[in-house]
Order: sequence, then structure tokens, then C-alpha cells
Amino acid sequence: MTVLSDRSAKFGAAEGDDGIIRCDACPVLCRIRPGRSGACARYANQEGLLIRTDPVVLLERAVEEGRNLVPFSEASADWDGNLLNPSSAFVTGIGAGTTYPDYKPAPFIVSQEHDGVDTVTVVTEGIFSYCGVKVKIDTDRHLGPETAAIRVGGEQVGHVTTAEYGSQMLSLGGVRHLTGGSKKEGNVTCDTLLKLCNGEAVELTIDNGHAVVVQAGKAPIVDGREERRMRVGCGSATVGIFAKQWLGHVDEVIVVDDHITGVLTEHQAGRVLDMPPTGIRVKGRKSTPGRYFQVANPGMGWGGTDITDPLSIIQKIDPAVAWPGMRLLLTSTTGEDALWCVLDDNLVPQSAAMPQEVQAVVDRIGENCEPSACTVLFMAGAGGSLRAGVTENPVLLTRSVQDGTTRVTLGGAPAMLWPGGGITVMVDVTRLPKNAFGYVPTPALVAPIEFTLPRALYEASGGHTGEITPVADVIRAYGADARVERANPVNPWPFKVDG
Amino acid sequence: MNWAAPQFGALPGGRLHLQHGPIDLIIKAEGQPASVTRAYAAATGRFQTILGELAAELSLLRQPLAGDTPPDSSSPVASRMIAACWPFRAVFITPMAAVAGAVADEISAVMLAAAPELRTLYVNDGGDIAVHLAHGEILRIGVVAELVKASLNGLISIEGGSGIGGIATSGWRGRSFSLGIADAVTVVAASAAQADAAATLVANAVNVDDRTIRRAAARSLDPDSDLGDILVTTQVEPLPEHKVLAALAAGSNEAQRLLGTGLILAAALVCQGNWRIVQGRSGLLFPMA
Repeated sequence: MTVLSDRSAKFGAAEGDDGIIRCDACPVLCRIRPGRSGACARYANQEGLLIRTDPVVLLERAVEEGRNLVPFSEASADWDGNLLNPSSAFVTGIGAGTTYPDYKPAPFIVSQEHDGVDTVTVVTEGIFSYCGVKVKIDTDRHLGPETAAIRVGGEQVGHVTTAEYGSQMLSLGGVRHLTGGSKKEGNVTCDTLLKLCNGEAVELTIDNGHAVVVQAGKAPIVDGREERRMRVGCGSATVGIFAKQWLGHVDEVIVVDDHITGVLTEHQAGRVLDMPPTGIRVKGRKSTPGRYFQVANPGMGWGGTDITDPLSIIQKIDPAVAWPGMRLLLTSTTGEDALWCVLDDNLVPQSAAMPQEVQAVVDRIGENCEPSACTVLFMAGAGGSLRAGVTENPVLLTRSVQDGTTRVTLGGAPAMLWPGGGITVMVDVTRLPKNAFGYVPTPALVAPIEFTLPRALYEASGGHTGEITPVADVIRAYGADARVERANPVNPWPFKVDG
Repeated sequence: MNWAAPQFGALPGGRLHLQHGPIDLIIKAEGQPASVTRAYAAATGRFQTILGELAAELSLLRQPLAGDTPPDSSSPVASRMIAACWPFRAVFITPMAAVAGAVADEISAVMLAAAPELRTLYVNDGGDIAVHLAHGEILRIGVVAELVKASLNGLISIEGGSGIGGIATSGWRGRSFSLGIADAVTVVAASAAQADAAATLVANAVNVDDRTIRRAAARSLDPDSDLGDILVTTQVEPLPEHKVLAALAAGSNEAQRLLGTGLILAAALVCQGNWRIVQGRSGLLFPMA
């Protein structure tokens, strides 16, 4: 607390009847009228008391509440509180607390040089009533129909949304589940979001679908089974990629896929290779030659379909075209499921041991799949009242974020900005330090957020200039109480990692 | 009296930070490492006593300049202030109009005396900047006409040997009082003190009558202000464009007049989204599209 008492030291003396205080902090001996500051702007007359204009109260509160700051350090995780180099530290919003009412300056407004430019970073924690997570699950496994409700403990916390290439997408949270439904729905949603953002696993159940355990950066577990691979492409793409490698070793390949099932000889890839037709017709709706939609229902079987017996997707084999001894490969788009058959004298496929050359290509499908993972993006709108802690004219912050002048980070992690109005940001939760997120019982999520911009622009855009504190001072004052984390080397800023 | 001592610090990028009371300097010298070290030592040494010297002569420096003979001062900084403001004494002016620029010039001068071979040097005293460039060196300074719009509007390009020694900015939003309504007037001159005083006068001249402009006696805001009962601008609301243009025209006339006397080399005037450039030869201030 010595720093705080230093900061509160009074150098003033009352003078005259007008409430004027003489400031004895330096030989200029300014006489300061109530509500105004001296020539240096560091000392001011607040209701007859000479005060330092530095954010004393806010700093004090952060300490009294025992919160931890997280300055990132390039140096070391076991920092002794003294050796942290201000030029290699960045103060994040984690644990910074927030100020209320909104117009009060943010808890920490830190000046620092980045790449030769004097900058100001406004450090705070935002309370986000409009927030949620977008979850990308890399699997072609059917999880549930689009728009289906996603539940935790029976409460709806989100829904299945538009699938992406090779991935199932979930949208969780949002203002409607946080505060638009029952109190229980709000609390369960908040708890779900908090766990996902802090890197914990959560089991979600999908109406008319399946149960999936989601954890940021980890493979999804669907109905108790851990997914391993993200498909290499759709069935047609798989045919297109590997057709030439199969040539000479097979007569026909069927790549089973929930989206587009590919049939090699009918597909353009087979035709260009002069592969003769085999007379095999699969179920489903033909899109273009060799490409079939809806060969089966979505499910937990081969290639995201409900198929467990792959031969069941063969509608017919034309006896005028097919021939005994014809070699047929059936595979999924991940290579995890594959079957080798040879047609007998009655033109019925009989499974057989897969030749080594064919197995090698099936293995290669697997090698070309990326590991299946869940990614969790925290998405929130920072366009509301928290802006007042940054500047007295909030729209200027919005505009400066939108035109790229102000950099937005969350716990030091880079934020993607959604174009258009407001400050709608997305961040990969694995890029933040552990346990960066919190909550308030509203319910709403609390997330760190930092706005960094050139100091001159901050001063000019109505920023709380009197609150600017050099990073060295913050470190000096909070060194012992701060939690120091090594900067995530994946993040491109504020510390570039060479090589 | 036991005052807080001057503060000395190294800033990233090889810069030196000196602070004492209201003086806050950011300094950067470039050249041979030994030259830079010698220059920084000289700056630090000189800085020890500068504020005390000024404080001792404050009452003199707050008096308006008039008559035929400039007042005598024993302090080099005060002498710089008086010299810079003396040519403007036809209107109300006190040497305080050049205090920030004069401090920058004084520090710059002692650094160059200690290390004349420096390639580049700037001493930035809260936006009033003394610059020195050796022949062949070029310094480009960005000008943000309207900081709230956060975009670069212009560049000042300074070449070694061009005779430019200072850049200063004044406006009603700044720390010092202004009589006018300019958001910013940036002046380029032979020294920082000269630029400082001239920017103050040009910014004062960017003015127009309008009942929405709030003004208050300087003394009612700061009992010790050198401006006494003169009305200074405290708030400017958005004005009709013809009034903004009229204010800028008045300021441009003053800048043109100063340009004619050789006291300034160029000026950029900004008021409510409009701006004017006054310069003798092209190529000093560049508006950016």
C-alpha cells in the first residue's frame, strides 16, 4: 500500500476564500481553482483537496479486491515481481475489474511504446450481455438437424446452425438464452459459456440428434466415441483426389458420404482416365455423373450417414455391364471405414482381403484428413456502455476500431472484428490465458478487453487523458500482486516471436 | 521547500524522457553512440535547474511585452522566451507564450553544443518541438488535422539545412488558454520558441463572433494566468460553415502577415473540419488526399 499512500500524498495548501489551493509539488507553485488542474495536469483541486489525477481509486480497488492482473511477459513465468521489463510487458484486462457507472474511466489506461509509436492501451473487463460462442466441430458425423435445439441439463443453450465444409457448427448462448428465457435457462447458458470459454469440457445434447462433448482445442466425443479425423473432402472430392492412384488396382470405387457420394467410373475423374463403366447404380439423387446426394439418412455410420452395411447403398448392378471378378472398393471420406469386394459369378459382391496397393490409398485418405477438433470462438458486442470507460465520445472509439486505428485484444489475444456497425468481435478462446473469463449473476459473461491506439489520437478523441499511467508505473505498483503469464507465441501482437 | 525532483528515464526506441513539474520532454538523438550518450548527458545535466530558473522569474515572464527595450533576464530560457515574443508586442503577449518552445530550444542547444556531429535530434516538449537535422537528413512529421477522425491529413517534410528549427501547435483545446476557436494551428519556424509564440498568435486570430462560443476571463480559471481578465475560449460548439470559414480567413491573414515578416516558414490551420495551409514555398507541408 506504500505506492497508494505515495500517490495520495498531498502537497497542497488552501489559500484565500475562493477554494483555491496552492500546489507545492513543484516550484511553479500553481494556484488551482476548484475543479481545475495545475499546469502539469497531474494535480487537481477536487472540492478543496489537492489530488493526483492518476487513477488512484481504481488502482486501489483492484488491490483491495485481491484481483490479479495479468501482464504478459516475454521473460519468465516465475517472475519475482521486480525484474519485469516494461518494454516486454503488456497489461491485459484479466482481473482488471470494471468501473461503474460507465462514464468512469476504465481501471487501467496504460501508456507504452509499440513499434516506435507511443500508444495508450485502455484495459478493462467487459460485462457482455450480448455474447455467445460459435463452436466448429470438425467431423462429418451427423450431430443433429439444422436449427435443432442444443441443451445442457434440459435447458436450451443454443442451436445447430449451418454446417461448414467438413465441420458441424453450433451456435450457443446469446442474449435470448442468457436473459430472454427462464432464470434457470439463463444460468445454465451462462455456466455453459463460461466453461467452454475457459477451456473446460461440456456435454451438449441435440434434439433429434446426438450427445457431443465439446472442449476447445480437443477432439469432439460423439455419443461416447472420440472423433479422430476430419474428412478429406466430400465423396466426389475424394474420388477426384485419388482416382489416378486407384487406376489399375480397382474397377470401381464408391466413396460414401452424407453430402455427395462419389462413384469413380461414372465420375468425370474416372472417365478422363478411360475407366470402363461397371453398371453399378447407387441409391440417392443423382447430381451430376458420378455424384449422388442423399444416398442414405444422416447418422453415425459410414461417412456421416446411417449406413453400417455399405453394400446397402447399391441399388442395382446392371448384368449387361458388370462382370464376374470385378473389383470394388467402398470407403468413407476419412478412410476410417473401408471394404474390398470382388463380384462372384452371380455378380454379387463378396468381401475379400484388400490388396496392399489399394490399402495404401485408403491409408492415404486417412493421412490427408486433419485431426478432428472443436474450436470455440467467443463472440460479443463491445459497442455499448463500456466504451464510456475509454472515451467521453463513444462513437469515436467505434469508428476508430472499425477503421483499424484502434487494435482490440481480449486478454492479449487478437480479436476478429465483424464489419459493419458496432464493435462485434470474435476471439479463439485458446489464445487467452487460462481462466480469463468470468461471469456476473445478471447473468452475463465477463471478458477482458483491451483497446490500443496511438497516444495522440487517444488524447484527441476525448480519451481520459488524466488517467494515463506509464506501463512501468503499473508494473511497479502491482508487480507483487500480478499474475505473470508468458505471451502466447501464436499471437502476432504485442510480442512478435522471431523465427 | 522540498519539491519533487526532476525525473529522468529511458524510453523505448533509444529516447530520453525528462519530466519536472509541468515540463515533460521526449528527446531523441541519432548519430554515433558516443555522440548520443554525450548529448543525453548534457540534456540531463541542464534539465536539473531549468524549472527552478523559470519559476524564479515567473512574475517577470507573466508581464506583457511593450515599449522599445526588451526586459533583461539572467536565465537563458527566459531570454529565449522574451526574444521569441518581442516581435509580436504590438498585440498583448507575454513571454509565457513561448515557454514550452524555449525549453525545447534550450535543451536542443546544449545537446548540440556537446555533440555538434549528431545526425538528427528532436526535443518534444508536449507538442512544441525543437528539431535539428544534419545536411542530407530528412525528417517527416505526420500531421493529424482532426485527431478525432484519426487519420493522417498531412506531412511536414524537413530537410537538413532548410532553416527549420521548430514546430509548435496551439488551439483552444490545448493545455494553454487560447483566445480563438482553432482546433489546432501548427507552425513551422526557425526555432521552437518562435513557432510556439507564433502558433499562439495565429490560433488567437482564428476567431469569429458567435453567441454559442463560451469564453471566460483567464483569471477566473487560473488565478495566476498571465492573460489576466482577457477572455479565453472554454467551449466551442459546431458552427455554421460560413463562420468557420470566416474564422479561418482571419487566422490565415495573420499567418500570411507573419510569413511576410519571416517570423514563420509555414502554418496549417484547422477549425471544425476545415483547414488552410499558408506557406512561402511549396514542398514543406503536404496535404494528403
